[in-house]
Amino acid sequence: MELTLSILIGFMIVGALFAIHAGDLLSAVITTGIVGYSLVIAFLLLKAPDLAIVQIVIETITLIIMVAVVLDSTREELKVKNDFKSYANILLSLIFSAVLLFFFLESISGLNLFGEHTLRMSEAYITEATEKTGSINLVTGVLFDFRGYDTLGEATILFAAALGVLTVLRIKSKK
Amino acid sequence: MKGMSIIVKKIAQLISGFIFLYGIYIIIHGHLTPGGGFAGGAIIAGAYILNILAFGSDAVNLRNKEKGSSLSESLAIFIVLMLAIFALFIGSRVFLSNYLPKGQLGEIISAGVIPLYNIFIGIEVAAAIITIFLALIIFKEETKR
Repeated sequence: MELTLSILIGFMIVGALFAIHAGDLLSAVITTGIVGYSLVIAFLLLKAPDLAIVQIVIETITLIIMVAVVLDSTREELKVKNDFKSYANILLSLIFSAVLLFFFLESISGLNLFGEHTLRMSEAYITEATEKTGSINLVTGVLFDFRGYDTLGEATILFAAALGVLTVLRIKSKK
Repeated sequence: MKGMSIIVKKIAQLISGFIFLYGIYIIIHGHLTPGGGFAGGAIIAGAYILNILAFGSDAVNLRNKEKGSSLSESLAIFIVLMLAIFALFIGSRVFLSNYLPKGQLGEIISAGVIPLYNIFIGIEVAAAIITIFLALIIFKEETKR
């Protein structure tokens, strides 16, 4: 299980790195799909079908939108020369990743083992949520009852995103 | 934008209805099987996007579609908010509480307000994705000239 997940995550990292260094925009967009679809398999392995459905549909639609919009503007990436500034940036990012890795290891040392959640709240959700919400699908019960504010916030964020896209594109197209 | 070849058009005609029905099934059974408003709404938006990409459309037609989708998006999020605020006047008087009777476990009409939230969140998600897609396509059409 952990081995499969590790291979998948390595695959995702390779895909993301290739997307950065790809020659033109179209292949970069398509390689980003590697990350998304590997995430779908990871969700299925971790027994989260709800998330897997959402992820596979959203990933496909995003890829289609990107391809439909980006396809015309496919162009070569600009070549950037390596100077002192870029080496300083690489050094800084290495230092920051080392610091983040150190604090990450510190913070996960007190957690339970992988896949063994014995938190009090999650046990209460698993045993009592079905009779309290009346919904057999535990995820929907939690999303729309215990975590109703979350769902309301997500819907509002989507609304605001659509509003933002409409506003920005309308101003530009009037020129 | 131009449509695609006749093969793509025919296939889109054949399967887009089934994709739409599957989205509705995922939304309505959101409290029984995996899925829910977000997944089902995205699938419905996928059916629309398939049709628009396969058959093509001119800018005027796309603008009319965009008006409809942004109106339904705003109405859906408004209804979700109203459903949540309505809970302040009934029962335990808590925002977002489940005030309708729970019904029998496993039936389609059960779980109180959760199916209603699912349906309207589904409409909201579908309309938002379609609106973003249409706005990008219209922008591309207008800058091409």
